[in-house]
Amino acid sequence: MNGPVSLNRRSVLAGGGALIVSFSLRGAFAQDQSAPPAPKPPGSLAQTPFLDSWLRIDADGAITAFTGKAELGQGFKTAFQQIAAEELDVPFESVNVVTADTSRTANEGYTSGSNSMKNSGTAVQNAAAQVRELLVAQAARRLDLPVEALKTGGGAVIAPDGRRLGYGELVAGEMFHVQAQPKSRLKDPATYQVMGRPVPRVDIPAKVTGGAAYIQDMRLSGMVHARVVRPPGYGAELIGYDAAAIEKMPGVVRIVRDGNFLAVVAGKEYQAVKAMVALAAAAKWRETARLPKQDDLPGVLTGLPSEDTTIYQQSDPSAVVAALTIEATFTRPYQAHGSIGPSCAVAQWLDDRMTVWSHTQGVYPDRAGIAEMLRVPPASVRLIHVEGSGCYGHNGADDAAADAALIARALPGVPVRLQWMREQEHAWEPFGPAMVTRLKASLDGDGAISDWNFEVWSNTHSMRPGGAGAMLAAQHIAQPFAPPAPKPLPLPDGGGDRNAIPIYKFPNAKVVHHFIPAMPLRISALRALGAYHNVFSAESFMDELAAAAGADPVEFRLKHLDDRRGRDAIEKAAQAFGWRKGQKAPPGRGYGFAFARYKNHAAYCAIASEVEVNRQTGRARLIRAVAAVDSGQVVNPDGLVNQIEGAILQSMSWTLYESVTFDDTRITSIDWQTYPILRFDAVPEKVDVHIINRPGQPFLGSGETGQGPAAASIANAIASATGKRLRDLPLTRKRIKDAIDA
Amino acid sequence: MMTLKVNGQDHQVDADPDTPLLYVLRDDLKLNAAKFGCGLGQCGSCTVIVDGKAVLSCVTPLLLLEGKKVTTLEGLGSIEAPAPIQRAFIEEQAAQCGYCIAGMMMRAQALLQRNPKPTDEQIRAELEINLCRCGTHMRILRAVHRAGRLMQTADASPAKGSIQEGSIQGSMP
Amino acid sequence: MASPRMIGNIIAIAAIAVAIAAIAVVWRPAIATIDPPAPQSFDSALVKRGRDLAAIGNCSSCHTLRGEKDFAGGVAVPTPFGTVYSSNITPDPETGIGRWSEAAFRRAMQSGIDRDGRHLYPTFPYDHFTNVSDQDNRALYAYLMTRQPAHAPARENQLSFPFNQRVLVAGWKLLFLRHGTYQVDPEQSAEWNHGAYLVEGLAHCGSCHTPRNALGAEKARVPFAGADVDNWHAYAINNQSPAPVPWNAEALFEYLRRGWHSEHGVARGPMAEVVRNLSEVPASDVRAIATYMADMFGAPTAERKRRGDELLAQAGSRSPQAPPANGNAAGASLYAATCAPCHAAGRAPPYGGIDLALSTALSAPDARNAANIVLSGIRPEQGEASPIMPGFADSMSDDQIAALLNYLRAQFSHRPPWTDVTGTVRDARRTQTVSLPNPPADTTQRDKP
Ligand code: FES
Ligand code: FES
Repeated sequence: MNGPVSLNRRSVLAGGGALIVSFSLRGAFAQDQSAPPAPKPPGSLAQTPFLDSWLRIDADGAITAFTGKAELGQGFKTAFQQIAAEELDVPFESVNVVTADTSRTANEGYTSGSNSMKNSGTAVQNAAAQVRELLVAQAARRLDLPVEALKTGGGAVIAPDGRRLGYGELVAGEMFHVQAQPKSRLKDPATYQVMGRPVPRVDIPAKVTGGAAYIQDMRLSGMVHARVVRPPGYGAELIGYDAAAIEKMPGVVRIVRDGNFLAVVAGKEYQAVKAMVALAAAAKWRETARLPKQDDLPGVLTGLPSEDTTIYQQSDPSAVVAALTIEATFTRPYQAHGSIGPSCAVAQWLDDRMTVWSHTQGVYPDRAGIAEMLRVPPASVRLIHVEGSGCYGHNGADDAAADAALIARALPGVPVRLQWMREQEHAWEPFGPAMVTRLKASLDGDGAISDWNFEVWSNTHSMRPGGAGAMLAAQHIAQPFAPPAPKPLPLPDGGGDRNAIPIYKFPNAKVVHHFIPAMPLRISALRALGAYHNVFSAESFMDELAAAAGADPVEFRLKHLDDRRGRDAIEKAAQAFGWRKGQKAPPGRGYGFAFARYKNHAAYCAIASEVEVNRQTGRARLIRAVAAVDSGQVVNPDGLVNQIEGAILQSMSWTLYESVTFDDTRITSIDWQTYPILRFDAVPEKVDVHIINRPGQPFLGSGETGQGPAAASIANAIASATGKRLRDLPLTRKRIKDAIDA
Repeated sequence: MMTLKVNGQDHQVDADPDTPLLYVLRDDLKLNAAKFGCGLGQCGSCTVIVDGKAVLSCVTPLLLLEGKKVTTLEGLGSIEAPAPIQRAFIEEQAAQCGYCIAGMMMRAQALLQRNPKPTDEQIRAELEINLCRCGTHMRILRAVHRAGRLMQTADASPAKGSIQEGSIQGSMP
Repeated sequence: MASPRMIGNIIAIAAIAVAIAAIAVVWRPAIATIDPPAPQSFDSALVKRGRDLAAIGNCSSCHTLRGEKDFAGGVAVPTPFGTVYSSNITPDPETGIGRWSEAAFRRAMQSGIDRDGRHLYPTFPYDHFTNVSDQDNRALYAYLMTRQPAHAPARENQLSFPFNQRVLVAGWKLLFLRHGTYQVDPEQSAEWNHGAYLVEGLAHCGSCHTPRNALGAEKARVPFAGADVDNWHAYAINNQSPAPVPWNAEALFEYLRRGWHSEHGVARGPMAEVVRNLSEVPASDVRAIATYMADMFGAPTAERKRRGDELLAQAGSRSPQAPPANGNAAGASLYAATCAPCHAAGRAPPYGGIDLALSTALSAPDARNAANIVLSGIRPEQGEASPIMPGFADSMSDDQIAALLNYLRAQFSHRPPWTDVTGTVRDARRTQTVSLPNPPADTTQRDKP
């Protein structure tokens, strides 16, 4: 694993006869620096403008690209390697990518919102292009030739006479410790060698051969194993426990208690597990019933006080008087990230400095939170990202990091590995918030939508750390930190209102966001945030309106959409699916269609699906799905396809099966029995993803684009198969059956 | 002290007989592939092969393994010399986060060893126990089919894994 | 004294009478075919009720092969006399019942005669179905005739001589087929009576739970006393019930509705299909069944009730610490390592495994069901919150499972030890072709655990 790095701007190496400063940390700590004056360079270069925060070239020619984003299984590490290699004109293999580490990389906040390509990918691309230019300029000086006469290739600048100067030889002094220019001379996409081609992901070989690929696989020398004993429910207070018997258990090193925070440490992992089980049995808690009624969640949510904002309004009084108006309410329950590997962290408290290895999505914010909890300055905490199991948003990673840090501080010098149990992950992770949407729209005499009203009730969609209060351990200690006041996430990205504003053109439209500050259940960011439910609602409703207008769903959408790229995505998906107006599915089956542009400014995604519904049992099964995606310039097409396939399958699981359950005191969905998800017997026969490449266009990201359209397209297919419209997620077997029977 | 045979090697293991194999593999033998997912026999991420059969190592205590042969993903092949199933998963790029993949591969390997040409239905039924949260299922299915084909053409004996072919990068689908 | 001639005449007359009687018993006319009625010709409410009734009758369990078309038949039903294959009851005109009139259907239900007039083997439980009312038969008919027709010719039964002679069935019926075995009991509530009507009729609970005689008929004198079926033991559901906690109507209702009950355990084996079907029907029907069956269980003795209450009070507080070995160290370790993490976690199903002191399987007369469950585990229900248990067929030997079962029996039930548990496990492994999660090797097998 990564040892501590002590780089600073004076760590100079002699090489190639030149003085080389390979990397400066000043850029990495750019959160302390004020941003340079406008115009800003693109992507994350705007916040972290020094080129050497992004790229380093050693005297021996070794190339390292740095990103503050974390690899979460989305494969972007490979994509970054492609980008850097492309713009530097070097082979793919010659670049090494270093990801989020507060001592090495830029502060890029969270790895979220499908923003990695847009922010960090763009930064790496532009930094690489500018570095290449600097190298060429340097070579021109040395060779005394005009810049235009030089070419690059294979990690060297090449003169017309064949003379080559390797990048390593050219690097001198603090050559890259310069601020990025607002504009870079990027390569012509037509000449791409590495980008836009399917490159096997660099992380996969280790993952399929048992290499140390995950934080769960970290083993530091002298490391001990810890387990927490979580309270049985939110707000439970620890009355006491009898420690004597547990302390005597084999291997037990220490019981750590701080208020309601309780953990046990043992030499071997299974000893820690056994001790945790015994400690959990011994601990007595005072519980309070404070959870809302699960069977009337929509009523509970809409009944809570809310801050109401009209986030969009469009009015055209000249639009024809409505011929028909329909209304509908859609709901979504709390849903879990449900990572397959429970959260894990390793921490070590050494010489008053804390090092934490975590699969967090944000090393810097996490560092701030942990430092605050430990009441030490942020500079004495180092956070290093190590890959974990897929997280799909803000899961237990940051909490586990805080747990580990708290435990490690009680055992100075000793590396502590902490892993959650399955039940803890399911009960304590912050869930994707429950939501309610109410839609109302009118059709004019021509069957066009003349008026569109969209209201959404939701909590915030991010309670990520930054402060200590967002972390369980900090909430549970004797001198606790209160969770920070929730805030709605600002548009244009939005949180609960993400994708609430229609992408279609309607003469009259109004969108209201009812932001609910009170959070009965612990919630935070789950892949796609509010867009999942908002797209599900809007695209289900579009089908209802199409039906009312007697129009074909695809045609109806196109009729209301001006956006050229959106239309292309819809047409591509329809054509690849074999969608034909008025076509009937085989008996027992239905076809569904849905479309969205994620956040209204990121990737476009249209999905057509075929679903079979067993009328006897109500069981719905996705048979096939066809997606068309426009994510701008494609970097790694196979990686993009992989992401969209995954989004469709995961969204299908959310949409058909998943809801967090609870009684008045405890979360009751605590494992895979009580929180069922997709298993292999319901996996579709076929999923096809068609990419619409846009050479030279900005990267739009892709990780979250599929969730909403997949949900709506499945719901629409179920409606087409059964003639019944289901508006409450999840669309369970029982709900479908009840609808058929009704 | 008990002797445990893992990937063809005998190990002296000093753990209580009720210790689940998973912890012995990870903690004592420092093997990475078998993963803790639930510890309850509900997810399959801890799957290994014992005497040819796919077994959930989180609910298989040490005392059941006297005289048995345990195979983990590490025992099939390596990064340098991947076994057919490993090659297949690389060639199909059948992973997102990859956390579930080792368990999937072990169960699939056990299936392929007793049925080299499983139907899609059979693969699905076999993998029913194993969960994947990233939605990599379509690729996993393809990879298992591919592994079946590779095992028939290549030297199928899992322990050797002496496949020497051109760079994997060249053979993307 | 009669003359030999007279005797001869008498004999002749008697013989003719017997023959006529025999023909009267054996021979049944065919009922004319009809043109398959259009599905739309049936009233939708009637079809819907028919669907509920078909679920109560558990029709799909015998008439639908896993992975094949609904109701297309071909499911093997093993009997001591050989294997009988279920028939295609889809409205396919050639191979199904598409050309059957309602009268033909009703006759089959009431008398076990097919449209052609052939006697049906009593694997088709017309000894119960004979109680089904005309109205309900009409609904069932409407439901089946509106299914998707499936072309699936009947499979040849594999019966040895003389059981392959259908005429024998006539004699069997003479002995065992009683019409109207269900009578309204005016002393009882309407719910009880509806339950009795369903249990004794369409739901045919006795088919599995009542022991059978040498000729394969239910022993009328010991109703619901428990029997072996499909390599499982169908528990006694009368006052002989082995359940550690006595059943009551509420518990039965929940169990039949959901497939598990936190104080009793999970429905497995052939019962799994029954509860899956019952989860689909109106609650009132299931309530009625539960009410009647609670009466069949009878009120528990004071002692049984006390013990049950005691077990419930202790349940959930089981120590996760190493259990006492009780002279079976191997069994104790196996329990600690493989069972306790779920079954002693202090959480009732489906949040955890059932407290094993409440497990009926461990208090059953033999180890058969417990062995089946340990071998095969409990498969998850796609998309439903439902218990999951890993199977141990691939990690434990017969001896190890036997050691475990012996330990569990000693530790968690108050009954005497089982005998030859290793033999039971060996047999269970052999016959339990469905090992989790593989589909049955022989796809004609019913969907077992
Ligand atoms: S970790 Fe073993 S089945 Fe989940
Ligand atoms: S690839 Fe992430 S869980 Fe399967």
